[in-house]
Amino acid sequence: MKAAVLVFPGSNREGDVAQAIELVTGRRPAMVWHGDGDFDKVDLIVVPGGFSYGDYLRCGAMAAQSPVMAEVKKRAAQGVPVLGICNGFQIVTEAGLLPGTLMRNSHLKFVCSDVHLKVETSQSLFTNRYQAGQVIKVPVAHAEGNYFADADTLKRLEDRGQIAFRYCTPDGAIEAAGNPNGSINNIAGIFNETKTVLGLMPHPENAVEPMFGGTDGKGLFEGMVEALS
Amino acid sequence: MKARVHVTLKNGVLDPQGKAIGHSLNRLGFPEVGDVRQGKFIELELAETDKDKAKARLDEMCRKLLANTVIENYSIELVG
Repeated sequence: MKAAVLVFPGSNREGDVAQAIELVTGRRPAMVWHGDGDFDKVDLIVVPGGFSYGDYLRCGAMAAQSPVMAEVKKRAAQGVPVLGICNGFQIVTEAGLLPGTLMRNSHLKFVCSDVHLKVETSQSLFTNRYQAGQVIKVPVAHAEGNYFADADTLKRLEDRGQIAFRYCTPDGAIEAAGNPNGSINNIAGIFNETKTVLGLMPHPENAVEPMFGGTDGKGLFEGMVEALS
Repeated sequence: MKARVHVTLKNGVLDPQGKAIGHSLNRLGFPEVGDVRQGKFIELELAETDKDKAKARLDEMCRKLLANTVIENYSIELVG
């Protein structure tokens, strides 16, 4: 699996995700600068976490208009898988690759902790290593992770099985107690209609080695390798 | 020509920052303050001299970048 990791001014998790990809593929992904309108053909494009453009205007708003994102939109339309993590999720929603938006956490605080996620489906190139209903533990670190979409969009996402992950309690209950940011319907990650674009707020790349405190995020990378190699 | 753009959260969209501001004002001795909504104010200098053209361009700017129409409304005002 050949991957590209985008780098914006203010990205800070690009090294983490590159390392996670290298761990499962044995191959370092290409790092692509935001000003590059073109880059090598790849099997996967990753939009990493951080604070692109200092979160100016709105999180992800400036990055979504960068030259590299114009190219990413083109490739996503051709079916090239795109994974947006944290700020990357904010960027791909701002770019229109995923519906809805990420608002300020309902409690207004930056949240940095491990959370539990319920895997909603194993039927995607991103989640095929997990079981539907499985609970995994990965960290979050964000101030704007409060997913919001209007009622029609939300219904469409739910009806078409486009919810990838939901925040839950350690025993898998989808309730307010397991929701770190106020996201509607406890949504932590969503797919596009064809399930070739995944955006999520949590950081699976920071749960791939025992020394990180857990390995539950590794399945996402292994699943992609299996699907895309 | 100068333009002013106001970006505000749509009705029904929770505004936790506005709420926090309201609570602070209440605590500071302004009990008359009820609901508070926070927004953005953006001032732009334009080379355009035709008002209609300027408005159309500003509308495009708002939809493309300045506002996220999933959760925000915008209003445009031309000055001078």
